[in-house]
Amino acid sequence: MGVTRTPTPTTQGSETTGGIGESTLRPDGVLKTTGEFAYASDLWHEDMLWGHTLRSPHAHAEIVSLDVSRALAQPGVYAVLTYDDLPTDVRHYGLEIQDTPVLAHGRVRHHGEPVALVAADHPETARRAAAKIRVEYRQLPVVVDEATATAPDAPLIHEGRTDHHSGHVPHPNVVHRQPIVRGDADAAARRADVIVTGDYEVGMQDQAFLGPESGLAVPAEDGGVDLYIATQWLHADLRQIAPVLGLPEEKVRMTLSGVGGAFGGREDLSMQIHACLLALRTGKPVKMVYNRFESFFGHVHRHPATLHYEHGATRDGKITHMRCRIVLDGGAYASSSPAVVGNASSLSAGPYVIDDVDIEALALYTNNPPCGAMRGFGAVQACFAYEAQMDKLAAALGMDPVEFRRLNAMSQGAVMPTGQVVDSPAPVAELLRRVKAMPMPPEREWESAGGGVDVRALPGGLSNTTHGEGVVRGVGYAVGIKNVGFSEGFDDYSTARVRLEVIAGEPVATVHTAMAEVGQGGVTVHAQIARTELGVTQVTIDPADTRVGSAGSTSASRQTYVTGGAVRHTCQAVRERVLELGRAKLGTHHPAWATAELLLESGKVVTDDGEVLAGLAEVLGDEAIDIEREWRHRPTEPFDLRTGQGRGHVQYSFAAHRAVVDVDTELGLVKVVELACAQDVGKALNPLSVVGQIQGGTTQGLGLAVMEEILVSDRATVRNPSFTDYLIPTILDTPPIPVDVLELADDHAPYGLRGVGEAPTLSSTPAVVAAIRAATGLALRRVPVRPENLTGT
Amino acid sequence: MDFLRPATWEEALAAKAEHPTAVPIAGGTDVMVEINFDHRRPDVLLDLNRVVDLYEWEVGEETVRLGAAVPYTRVIEALGRELPGLALAARTVGSPQIRNRGSVGGNLGAASPAGDSHPPLLAAGAEVEAVSVRGTRLIPVEEFYTGVKRNALAPDELIRAVHIAKADGPQQFSKVGTRNAMVIAVCAFGLALHPATRTVRTGIGSAAPTPVRAGTAEEFLTAALEEEGLWDSGRTVPPSVARQFADLVAACASPIDDVRGSAAYRRHALRVMARRTLGWTWDEYLGNERSARCA
Amino acid sequence: MRVTFTVNGRRQEADDVWEGESLLYVLRERMGLPGSKNACEQGECGSCTVRLDGVPVCACLVAAGQVQDREVVTVEGLADFAKERDTGAAGPGTDPGAAQRWQPRPAGPATELSPVQQAFVDAGAVQCGFCTPGLLVAADELLERNAQPTDADIREALSGNLCRCTGYEKILDAVRLAAARTGTEA
Repeated sequence: MGVTRTPTPTTQGSETTGGIGESTLRPDGVLKTTGEFAYASDLWHEDMLWGHTLRSPHAHAEIVSLDVSRALAQPGVYAVLTYDDLPTDVRHYGLEIQDTPVLAHGRVRHHGEPVALVAADHPETARRAAAKIRVEYRQLPVVVDEATATAPDAPLIHEGRTDHHSGHVPHPNVVHRQPIVRGDADAAARRADVIVTGDYEVGMQDQAFLGPESGLAVPAEDGGVDLYIATQWLHADLRQIAPVLGLPEEKVRMTLSGVGGAFGGREDLSMQIHACLLALRTGKPVKMVYNRFESFFGHVHRHPATLHYEHGATRDGKITHMRCRIVLDGGAYASSSPAVVGNASSLSAGPYVIDDVDIEALALYTNNPPCGAMRGFGAVQACFAYEAQMDKLAAALGMDPVEFRRLNAMSQGAVMPTGQVVDSPAPVAELLRRVKAMPMPPEREWESAGGGVDVRALPGGLSNTTHGEGVVRGVGYAVGIKNVGFSEGFDDYSTARVRLEVIAGEPVATVHTAMAEVGQGGVTVHAQIARTELGVTQVTIDPADTRVGSAGSTSASRQTYVTGGAVRHTCQAVRERVLELGRAKLGTHHPAWATAELLLESGKVVTDDGEVLAGLAEVLGDEAIDIEREWRHRPTEPFDLRTGQGRGHVQYSFAAHRAVVDVDTELGLVKVVELACAQDVGKALNPLSVVGQIQGGTTQGLGLAVMEEILVSDRATVRNPSFTDYLIPTILDTPPIPVDVLELADDHAPYGLRGVGEAPTLSSTPAVVAAIRAATGLALRRVPVRPENLTGT
Repeated sequence: MDFLRPATWEEALAAKAEHPTAVPIAGGTDVMVEINFDHRRPDVLLDLNRVVDLYEWEVGEETVRLGAAVPYTRVIEALGRELPGLALAARTVGSPQIRNRGSVGGNLGAASPAGDSHPPLLAAGAEVEAVSVRGTRLIPVEEFYTGVKRNALAPDELIRAVHIAKADGPQQFSKVGTRNAMVIAVCAFGLALHPATRTVRTGIGSAAPTPVRAGTAEEFLTAALEEEGLWDSGRTVPPSVARQFADLVAACASPIDDVRGSAAYRRHALRVMARRTLGWTWDEYLGNERSARCA
Repeated sequence: MRVTFTVNGRRQEADDVWEGESLLYVLRERMGLPGSKNACEQGECGSCTVRLDGVPVCACLVAAGQVQDREVVTVEGLADFAKERDTGAAGPGTDPGAAQRWQPRPAGPATELSPVQQAFVDAGAVQCGFCTPGLLVAADELLERNAQPTDADIREALSGNLCRCTGYEKILDAVRLAAARTGTEA
């Protein structure tokens, strides 16, 4: 018996027919409700083994000795692998910098770093064997922040760096540094009537996707391997996996399995190479599934950041200048730290017109857990700080915080600190106006008519901490700016293959891409695009795999834009081919074939006047049109390493939030009462999904505001790797989230759309904190806000 | 690992006598977490799910004899009148799914200082019915907790039931967590007024190595209520008395800094909870309650 | 050890079960029923919620040996379970051999869903879907107990089920929708 629960095509037919702009239902929705949708952890193969990872208990240590003999001797164990067993000289991987060892070599640089692998016939057998591996560590001093990382005698996390950033960084423990200078901040500061400064901190957030890292590697007869995996970018994985295995890429065949959320946490490899190594070594299929504890070590987190800001403004409320310095803790390996630095620096001024800026952002190498991609990266950290600054400035000027923001809001044609002109709608002031205009939620909802108290509506909720005592309401606003798509000159493209054929008399489109559907609804949108462009009803979505070209990453809010763009582009090529065929077959039957603008609608070729020329079945006959095409958005360019100038981003997206909170000011507990959002999405291809993205992103921002943080000890070990102590919002923590969707088309983007996923995560956090500040009068310079911060304990 | 499935209480006791290291498992909400995360590998698991006696309770004259494995959900649904403090605490345990499986007996067996049922047991007054093939003993709940995650059970003993004094007056429970549901206590506080004896009792959770009563606070408040004649006068508790009671409660705790909260915050929160729960219980005693709705 | 119990109306047997295995592991890895999800394995997410003798529990915290001779309903059996509840007719149950050999099939009108499943699809309550099975079992049980829950009731009943994608709004919509539809039919 082969692999069961591998992905198969999903077809949407007569029951769901909508094209773009309609809230069609997910093609995978039914399978996901029946429990049949196959996630990576659901994969099963007869005779499969279970892989297990032995990880370092220390954040920084030398591996003095490593003895696997007792583990190997245990019955039921098929293989134990360490660094020395790696098959080729390529023994490191990484998204941008190949600095991450597949297995630790002589030294571990962070808590939880993989040291050895075991394959056994039962997960418990593998665990017991791993416990028998003897590793002798000698602990080394840890580097945990900027001071320890750049001290004169600081241990170097990576000695002998040769990566493309190593030449321009001020210290080898700095991954990347990006200054941006525009105008003359010093001169502008002299014009300011008020100057406010602030130091802010953002804690380490975890993606906390619910489906843990997992996959199944099956060795193939040709010496290659088939890998079924939950990831965000199949081809980037492939590029990193194949060289380590010593296999050509075509012998590593990857198929996307069901993905239980991602949010950036699956951009880097986790167990991909490990499972393949074990499968190739044992000749048996190997399944690896992290549990929640291991998952906290199995993926990168959001960069913790310290941010220093200075803003000035004139008495009439115009911002004069901004200076900032943003230090991001990248942890032990680079992951996407360079891109995070690029975003943090280039978006550090927020969606405001500020002509004179002096900006510096950098990411450190430390012994803390590696940090990389998480929804809104770089921009989330900056937004928390600059929005706090906006409230401070408004207060210093005695102005309403929303009106102050509106006065300085950027609009189309504005110039970014990087010199890039924003050349599509930037309705920042309008979003603020809209979110402020939404009706306010009622007060004291916990009071029931009978005079009782419903604690579920109070801070503390079911824990019964207050019946109204100490509860103060606060309202706060924030707005943010996020780039869409990969930036800084990256060749950001996507590939789509579209097949059109007649099956049982009906035209059917099949869309095949390597896009990682991680829950965002890309597959829904692809079917909608195919219907709109090809005039068909039935669309089959093929599983994502590496048999088709790269779709790029499911990140940076880019998939609807870029892979959606590729599907549209390829559909258009298919349509041209249909029309060619039609002209060849039927062109003599009607002059419009030669003269009119022709469309495909409802399974027919029609003129733009609506006249039917032929049915698709008639045109296609037995022929199947099958086209694979790449599509690119407008090119970007790198930021100048000295001045930060450059057209670095493809598109910007904007969202604004209004948070209403009730704070138990005595106990320091917060109940978010409502979190309203207004966002410009250019064009909502699927309004239901758009709202779902906005509400989900908003909630992750809420989590960062009041509860989510990975805590690290002074020895750089993770203190709370569990869902017991890393808390994410429950349904009782999440308020109603009314959403106002604005659609101002970006003429450069397919259908005018604007990436949706990340912008709502940005402004949610500062809006909640602003509301808590309003309720308490406290400065609150750090997120998450803990009860201790609100009670002075 | 062995898995024993006694069908009766007698079989369970015999099994425990034969395998003193056996780990009893009923709701599994603690034991299975430890097994799933490789924190514990008992030689023997002793499944108590089939011992029906453990799932029953009897309401007596003075006490409720609560079977050790009665799920929290049943406590909330059926015993809110007799054991209001425990029912309030039960409602804050984990999630609905956990409340369907977890039990007071499990909380006692695990003896985590963060267990939600400890403060109301301490405040109400309770005895643990510990049984072995050697016989039965009733252990006052104050004496049951002997250290962090340690209790007074002998290796061959199992918890048969908890005898909890029926409420003779208002009771309250309050727990601080950093989430509005499904949260482990940063600290917790239980308070019971006992008008019959004109005393008050308390329980502190998650702010000392074991759950504890705030003895000096109880003595102070009991005395103050008496001296001021408040049990009979229908007057509210003077703010100065409430404040001192709260300070004494905080002083009775010996909290630590950990990932869930700081020691200083825990003391502070206990102070606030003590003052508030005193206000709620006293209001209820005076008959002008505005108590939380149990939906 | 051997464990025998009823899952979704069918008697099932698992051999060579390690005593430390959870019901969740047995369902997922031994009985071909991976619908119940393994998101936290510590009772903090609700993704593995099943009915054990009718009661919603986290399957990850039930030791496999504890379900001997008992009845379990998983998300895979939810549609049959709901149908049986509504009509009194027993569903076909899940054949263990067939489950083990199972491959996904194209979803179509032929797939019969319970009202709460249909509502989750229709309301957009499904994104990545990993929390969905547990939420469905919990929501179905809520509506069984309380056909017209208030928003606060829904929130309390589902407070043991974490979702990381949706912000819960569409999940609330789905439960309201299921309640409204069921109410209309009744």
